[in-house]
Amino acid sequence: MVLKAFFPTCCVSADSGLLVGRWVPEQSSAVVLAVVHFPFIPVQVKELLAQVQQVSRVGVTVLGTWCHHRQEPQESLGHFLEGLGAIFSHEPWLQLCRERDSKSWTCKATRRQTPTAAGEDQVLLIFYDQRKVLLSQLHPPAALPDRQAGDATPSARGLAVVFDTVARSETLFRSDRFDEGPVRLSHWQSEGVEASILVELLTRASGPVCLLLSWLLSLLSAVGSCWSRLRRHRGEQVCFWNRLKAVDPSSSHVPPKVGTGLSGSRSERSVPQLPRRPVEKPVRHVAEELQHLLQWLMGAPAGLKMNRALDQVLGRFFLYHIHLWISYVHLTSPFIERILWHVGFSACLGLTVAMSVLSDIIALLTFHIYCFYVYGARCAVLRAGGPPGGLYCLKICGLSSLWRLFRGKKWNVLRQRVDSCSYDLDQLFIGTLLFTILVFLLPTTALYYLVFTLLRLLVVAVQGLIHLLVDVINSLPLYSLGLRLCRPYRLAGSLPRRPADPPLSFQMQPLPYSRVVRVYRLPSCGCHPQHSWGSLCRKLFSGELIYPWRQRADKQD
Amino acid sequence: MEDEQSFSDICGGRLALQRRYYSPSCREFCLSCPRLSLRSLTAVTCSVWLAAYGLFTLCENSMVLSAAIFITLVGLLGYLHFVKIDQETLLIIDSLGIQMTSSYASGKESTTFIEMSKVKDIVINEAIYMKVIYYLCILLKDPVEPQGVSQVVPVFQSAKPRLDCLIEVYRSCQEILAHQKATATGP
Repeated sequence: MVLKAFFPTCCVSADSGLLVGRWVPEQSSAVVLAVVHFPFIPVQVKELLAQVQQVSRVGVTVLGTWCHHRQEPQESLGHFLEGLGAIFSHEPWLQLCRERDSKSWTCKATRRQTPTAAGEDQVLLIFYDQRKVLLSQLHPPAALPDRQAGDATPSARGLAVVFDTVARSETLFRSDRFDEGPVRLSHWQSEGVEASILVELLTRASGPVCLLLSWLLSLLSAVGSCWSRLRRHRGEQVCFWNRLKAVDPSSSHVPPKVGTGLSGSRSERSVPQLPRRPVEKPVRHVAEELQHLLQWLMGAPAGLKMNRALDQVLGRFFLYHIHLWISYVHLTSPFIERILWHVGFSACLGLTVAMSVLSDIIALLTFHIYCFYVYGARCAVLRAGGPPGGLYCLKICGLSSLWRLFRGKKWNVLRQRVDSCSYDLDQLFIGTLLFTILVFLLPTTALYYLVFTLLRLLVVAVQGLIHLLVDVINSLPLYSLGLRLCRPYRLAGSLPRRPADPPLSFQMQPLPYSRVVRVYRLPSCGCHPQHSWGSLCRKLFSGELIYPWRQRADKQD
Repeated sequence: MEDEQSFSDICGGRLALQRRYYSPSCREFCLSCPRLSLRSLTAVTCSVWLAAYGLFTLCENSMVLSAAIFITLVGLLGYLHFVKIDQETLLIIDSLGIQMTSSYASGKESTTFIEMSKVKDIVINEAIYMKVIYYLCILLKDPVEPQGVSQVVPVFQSAKPRLDCLIEVYRSCQEILAHQKATATGP
């Protein structure tokens, strides 16, 4: 079988020495972790490897020899290296050799003990970037089905073995060839030591520095707003709230910052002086629009001819209702504004809280639309014959039972089915009369019902959108997305290879953003509507009420 | 070792297949699709601009013209970057895996790599669209059921070569797969 040797790119320019790493017999691959340079004492090398093996539980051994001819090829070195195979015995013994011009490499793998196979195996050399592999995590391309517990050993899954080996062998990378230890190793720490220390220091310091800066900025804004508040009479409370929020940093900075911005702007607007009335104006506007709508319905809406008397009755009834609602809002608006102003502070708990509060405020302010919808349509369970409610529903109820009478059938409550029945003549007469009246009054009621249902659905749609947005914000993995943006090598997807003449090198392809979101998605609250579109349409048609966020199947009045 | 042959795709356009044999266990097949033709580009641009000019004469707003130019530019860039594939490559490395690369006209490359342990076989499948089309696909093993196929991954989807080209690629791939299976079951 072809022997795969994973060689770190940082060791390409290293001096000759021993190859140290891990051998995976199931895939016939050798993962080279470091190169041990001359001079060394074999006993000390074995001790170091045993130490590393004990700490990291990775089977690190001597895999072979690495030969880098800087000047003319030295024969003595070659023999010496072959002799090392006797001291550190490993099956198969790798011999990698590189000439002065970097293009030609020689790779040999010899087996001594197996008599049947050929003396040498074919070696496939693959380069990998050790530092990136150390820091990154491989994501498998497809969702694997549930595996048994025994399957979850990390060393068995293909290329993940390379990632796993490098990640777990950190103790091997503690000392390198510039240190004064007994064994001099060459690995990713050996390349560009000075520059990488500065870069590492900067990257590690950037986190706390950013936190400090954001804290200072919020403190400054708090002091600024506090100063402007001290001139007005409501100063202390705002200052206190902002200071409290600034001192307590939370883990994800986006929602609180946006929240503070929102609450800050609200207090700016409603503080100044009394008659601004942010609540009453939109409510009044909505009520006026509704009045226009009702006037339109009481006329000849869209050219349809309505029953004059019923139209006027219904229209006047709803107009009076709106009048009551406007007076009610006018009376309670000062209290409502105060309450809303205080509730607005909860926006500093996060954007999602603010949006949920907004959704509830919308529900409260459109309460009269909900009332209209209920008046028009409310009904208990149709068949069980509970107390009848709204207009449209009553009509449908009446129509359906009278239609049955028309055909000579009856609803059997005991058996919950339709049975035939013989009616008297006067029953039939009155039934037919009522049926005719109801049929001709149907368009008027149906139109009112339609209009109010549409309005209610609009409000429900707006609320549903807000809930959806809250859900998305809650379950968005901001840290993973930021990591994908700034350090793409940390999250690796599939691994492409670039064939440059013989040696291949593998590069990590960063995970696409859609997969990052899908893999690291936080659990959402999962409150999806219970109804399918078909049942929704059926309910709308028969006049039953729609409760979009009801979780249970039974409904009450 | 490298050689190049020309074939045609299912619509009649010309394709160039380049085969590179790096070693007995590593082969690469590169299919180059026909380039963006100047004629179709000119036709689309002219039709869009004529429509915009027609709208302009109707509504007398010069924003329509600038919007049309902007839309044409953005559309062309988007097409080159996201839609138009120039070259598709299939790289097979014995005992490592199969890699498929698509390079777009704007230079973007998207790669997919499948490990050899997941590959069951490479086959040529038939599909009946308006006529009968042949396509090369890779069958992946099902981890749960050893004889089953969990996924079918089609190759050369935008180049769409005809059967003669597919047979060449199929033969080379089967040589490598047979060799890989023989050594896998061996010691």
